[in-house]
Amino acid sequence: MGLEFATGRLADAVNWARKFSLFQYPFVTACCGMEYMALWGPRYDVARFGAEFPRFSPRQADMLMVVGTVTERQGPILKRIYEQITEPKWVISFGVCASSGGFYQNYATMPGIDHVIPVDVYIPGCPPRPEAVLDALIMLQEKIQTGQGWSQRQYQVEQERKRLDRQQTRNAR
Amino acid sequence: MTTIERDVEAHDLTIVHMGPSHPAMHGTIHLKLALEGERINKAEVDIGYLHRGFEKEAEAHCWQQIFPYTDRLNYVSPMLNNVGYAMAVEKLLGLTIPERAQYLRVIVGEIARISDHLTYMAAQTMEMGAFTPYFYVMKGRDWLWDLLEEISGARLTHSYVRIGGVAWDMPEGFAERTLAILPKIDQIVVELDKLMTRNRIFLDRMQHIAVISAEDAISYGWTGPCLRASGVDYDVRKAHPYLVYDRMDFEIPIGTDCDNMDRYLVRMEEMRQSMRIIQQALEQIPPGPVMVEDKLVVLPRKAATYNTIEEMINHFKLVIDGIRPPAGEVYSYSEAGNGELGFYLVSDGTGRPVKCRVRPPCFMGMAAMEQMITGHMVADVIPTFDTVNMIGGECDR
Amino acid sequence: MSHKALEKLRQRFSSSIVETHDFRGDDTAVIQREALVEVVSWLREVHDLELNMLTDMTAVDYLQQGHEPRFEVVYHLYSVARKHRLRLKVQLAEEDPVVDSLCEQFKIANWFEREIWDMYGIRFKGHPNLKRILLYEEFVGHPLRKDYPKERRQPLLRRPENEIAEVLARRGKARSLPTATE
Repeated sequence: MGLEFATGRLADAVNWARKFSLFQYPFVTACCGMEYMALWGPRYDVARFGAEFPRFSPRQADMLMVVGTVTERQGPILKRIYEQITEPKWVISFGVCASSGGFYQNYATMPGIDHVIPVDVYIPGCPPRPEAVLDALIMLQEKIQTGQGWSQRQYQVEQERKRLDRQQTRNAR
Repeated sequence: MTTIERDVEAHDLTIVHMGPSHPAMHGTIHLKLALEGERINKAEVDIGYLHRGFEKEAEAHCWQQIFPYTDRLNYVSPMLNNVGYAMAVEKLLGLTIPERAQYLRVIVGEIARISDHLTYMAAQTMEMGAFTPYFYVMKGRDWLWDLLEEISGARLTHSYVRIGGVAWDMPEGFAERTLAILPKIDQIVVELDKLMTRNRIFLDRMQHIAVISAEDAISYGWTGPCLRASGVDYDVRKAHPYLVYDRMDFEIPIGTDCDNMDRYLVRMEEMRQSMRIIQQALEQIPPGPVMVEDKLVVLPRKAATYNTIEEMINHFKLVIDGIRPPAGEVYSYSEAGNGELGFYLVSDGTGRPVKCRVRPPCFMGMAAMEQMITGHMVADVIPTFDTVNMIGGECDR
Repeated sequence: MSHKALEKLRQRFSSSIVETHDFRGDDTAVIQREALVEVVSWLREVHDLELNMLTDMTAVDYLQQGHEPRFEVVYHLYSVARKHRLRLKVQLAEEDPVVDSLCEQFKIANWFEREIWDMYGIRFKGHPNLKRILLYEEFVGHPLRKDYPKERRQPLLRRPENEIAEVLARRGKARSLPTATE
């Protein structure tokens, strides 16, 4: 009981730290980038949520913010950047174009980035108001605190699988 | 094997890729640089990572449904694109819009132009390492976007202009609020000027870099601030006045050194001239309707649509079939944030275009990029790229 | 737009001009494909025309209208000094969509022609580097042609099927997000 309590509290503490120090990788492509710039500005200050500093190297980031339309041509590049970000990582899809293709339903546009990478929070809007983005950020922070992010769950699934493996080897002996 | 790869083989150069996901590439430009130490021996520019199929979408939509797509072309000054497209369709229709609508288009267009140049300043300075001007600019830009939100309903993608005029009149007190904001924006421009224009580091990084002569600029089809920085006196608002620009008193800044610094200074001065234009337009604006009275072009009023059968059918036909301009082709041009924004429209008499081509002013800037950065150092790529003011939505459409 | 350009063009190249018009004031001349380079060079050099900027170049596909020839390459020329414009058009049949490149005359023609090749499949003779510019090399077809359906995608990359199945399965037993009161 004691160990579970301690690890439970530890996980909570770690998640608390993670959610308030998100380092974003701004994968900015199109018009949503303008609202993204406004988000950094003094009025809709995103620094108060701890998510201010963008890290322009995927290795140093933990949140991939896909801002704007992703075309089919940009797909492999997005996937590569996503793979390079170290775990645990979260993805926010900013704007309808990143969420579902927006109103560009044609040969060139990918109908949403979840065709190449898993997404944690989708923000609709063309472009979404900065308040909507801050709302999404808070939603993501709640998800992080409860360990519900895609990559966090994958990690838990991995841990569970390893635990079962260990148990099986022990039982087999 | 591409030309750059052949060169690399031949001269033992290093290839560095900048982009297509790079903070200072405004999102989506891929530059392949073949380096000899820090010097760029050869460069290759790869665009198209934001090609969203504007023309194909336009061919599938009615004439009036294309406005949201035009918003997202040059997305830092969407009003100017709206105005350009509306002017093109009106030229095709042979329509003259009411004066008040023309003044409103000029006012919102110039506010968009100031917003465009402010965003340029923010990007230019931040990408060179100066973070402070970015925050001043964001403060100012949010004020301008508040004004545009008041008049159109949206902060960024307005779709305020309609074929035949503008969607609705400006709200109560808009003129006073605009005139109150302009000195505050001017204050920000003054602060930017003080911080950057005579800054030693800024000058070292911008002067005498990426020189394009007037002849080369014309051969590359350059227009707008970049062409004016190369010493050519061409601004569509003065050379071919449209809307009510012939009644406005403003100047066109022309550069002399054809380098990055001049492109920056031209835009700085253009912001001040835009503020003059807005003030004059707000003084001169006459009362009157803001939409032309033409059943075949303008949707009828809601009260009439819901109460009389003729108006309902009119509304239905306009929405489902679209406006039907006569068969023919036009090329209409206006001065957008980056230069001459042209729309080449081909109509066959139906409600959908046969062809809706956008002439993107920053496409030409990117075409000249290879020539501009060859021979300079890697660190010069960023200021040069910023002065071209490539906007992905417009360059790749 | 002044009509001077059209007049002079008619006098000098009467045999190469198919038709001219000035709908809504835009001077337009449809010329033979073979005369293109000569006409463009002449328009640049003539002293009182000086059409020295290629403002725009595009192509139009008239498949749905049933016009023969199917394609038209449209050039917009502008004179910075004299401030007048001219539109030149060259008509190309579907079986032989080739026209001379203007890369020697205008530096921007390089990229314009690459775009037209990308979107319409019209070849430009003498272009140094005719490859796709807006789309990726793996793309098959020329999307702005009227017979290319708008929504035919050619994805380069998609998530593996098992991952998508997992997402859908999880959605079946998804928990709602914790609220502030929990």
